[in-house]
Amino acid sequence: MVFFLLRRLFSSFLVLFCAASLTFLLSISQKGGPFEKEKLDEKAKLEKQMKYELDGPKWWQLVRYQKRLFLHGDLNVSLRYRDRSVAEILGQKLPNSLLLGSCAFLIASIGGVAAGFVAAMKKDSVVDVVTMLFALAAISVPTFITGPLVAAVFGLWLGWLPIGGFGTWQQLIMPSICLALPFLAYVARLTRNSLLDVMSLNHMRTAKAKGLDEATALARHGMKMAILPVVTYLGPMAAYVLTGSFVVESVFNISGVGGVFVNAIQNADCFLLTGSVIVYAALIVFFNLIVDVTYTFLDKRIKIDG
Amino acid sequence: MAEVSDNRWKGAPPSGWEVLKTNRAAMAALVFVVTVAVAAVLVPIFLPEAVKQVSEDSFFPPLSRSVDGTRFHLLGTDLNGNDLFYRLMTGAQVSLGVGLIGALVSLVIGGTYGMVSGYAGGRVDGAMMRFLDVLNSVPSLLIVMIFVSGFDGYFKDALDAVRLWGQENDWRWVEGLAGALLPYSRIAILVLSLGLVQWLTMARIVRGQVLVIKEMAFVTASRAMGQGSWAILWKHLWPNLSTIVLTCLTLTIPAVIRDESFLSFLGLGIDEPAASWGSLLRDGAQVINLLDSKWWLLAFPGVLMSLSLLALNFLGDGLRDAFDPKSGS
Repeated sequence: MVFFLLRRLFSSFLVLFCAASLTFLLSISQKGGPFEKEKLDEKAKLEKQMKYELDGPKWWQLVRYQKRLFLHGDLNVSLRYRDRSVAEILGQKLPNSLLLGSCAFLIASIGGVAAGFVAAMKKDSVVDVVTMLFALAAISVPTFITGPLVAAVFGLWLGWLPIGGFGTWQQLIMPSICLALPFLAYVARLTRNSLLDVMSLNHMRTAKAKGLDEATALARHGMKMAILPVVTYLGPMAAYVLTGSFVVESVFNISGVGGVFVNAIQNADCFLLTGSVIVYAALIVFFNLIVDVTYTFLDKRIKIDG
Repeated sequence: MAEVSDNRWKGAPPSGWEVLKTNRAAMAALVFVVTVAVAAVLVPIFLPEAVKQVSEDSFFPPLSRSVDGTRFHLLGTDLNGNDLFYRLMTGAQVSLGVGLIGALVSLVIGGTYGMVSGYAGGRVDGAMMRFLDVLNSVPSLLIVMIFVSGFDGYFKDALDAVRLWGQENDWRWVEGLAGALLPYSRIAILVLSLGLVQWLTMARIVRGQVLVIKEMAFVTASRAMGQGSWAILWKHLWPNLSTIVLTCLTLTIPAVIRDESFLSFLGLGIDEPAASWGSLLRDGAQVINLLDSKWWLLAFPGVLMSLSLLALNFLGDGLRDAFDPKSGS
């Protein structure tokens, strides 16, 4: 286990290194460089580039950035918001995004498994058909349509929930449900199909033959197996929830990392962009590690050090 | 010789297409998609020139006429007096076109990758699938965003260079093509990069199918006859994959459309004055407020886009049920 974790730690570091370097290279190689939009004359531009260590050939800029980042742990300052460091900006916005993301993640995984379970238990009934239709609709319709729709219905029309703002739990409900919906639907479909597959297996028939009812048989002998595809999906899902939150943040006016990322791209703010990519990459690597560890507990055939 | 009794079943099992025809939801979805696509191409041609331009009819509600009565706005207008119906149809051209081309790009990459991986088998297959797993856990849209913003400028320059080069050598069609593509350069690079990240599912499905087919007798036979690997892949495996690829293609189109509109909604996609469903929704979401709601700017693009994506997904699910009943979701 320790060996496995060490190896994963090493490969995670490698992933972070590659992601940061690639992003930085791509963002400084935009046509004209980061200071193109400011209409400076040659001398002022060069001065600025010297100040932020963005002069000279691209590989040299990259090396200096890497040195700063990995030796000193310094994310440098934002080019756009001059007096603030990237770490400060991200530190301010990250809690909001994490709160929203983890709420949505919990809703999607728990709600999805529950919906899929119910649909599979009542296969081909009205409940099943309606759930699956709803799931298909939730997968097809993008968040930036459901977002304003939900806000209009529950916020403006019925007036049950506050629109905009972020902090209280009432304000958290709409955004996190909107963000969770497509993933909930996907998890529900996965759970249903995988449960149906498992229920048709021989050992489940045996379990029922020895007198267990459907639910107990599933809980004791089927659930662990049926949940495996869902667990596999949870890793990528964490990544998709992160990107999905961009739109939800913009629809519900939440100041999170998504907005920072989009602004950084639009302003060619290379340090801020690389900083937010590092945060995302770290989160994704972390989630995948958790999924892998969970996997070994569920499926004893998988060897962790293999 | 005994007579064959009448109630004995004589027909062949129904082919996939026959199964599909009995699936009413999928057929309705097909009709809807075709209607939208045809309308997107034809309607802008037949609309009067007057409604295609920017006018002073700012924020007219649906079913209204301009002050002098010459322009009729079926679905209302936006801030700049653009007719929403016209914008919606040209947006449909862009969105559906992006979906189709992006899906085709993903088909070429994913199909090739999956076929090579499945056919090679063994260690090559393992490595290629491992690589796929790694890519699958990366949020592809992040990469697309960074990639597009990084290379947009260079791509524009390259197109312009091609145009000038055509001008120099007096190659009219090169010059014309590059010139026509220039306002769409951002969307072109967007389509390419979306196709470049959307091929993972396609590769996995194609590989799974190739693993089954390559063990069949007719493949062994053609190998025994001395056919090379590429010829076998192309002549014998590819035709047998066509229905499954078609299914996957149908499901990739809405995914690409959704991704493109996602980027356009964030303002990282298509540029003005060209529009797609995502950028229309963005415009609509920006002017929505409590007091004076411009609901039509949000409602019509939202409804059309949702229905189209839903229809494409229904069609894809129907195709899968018809041709690949075992695979489920």
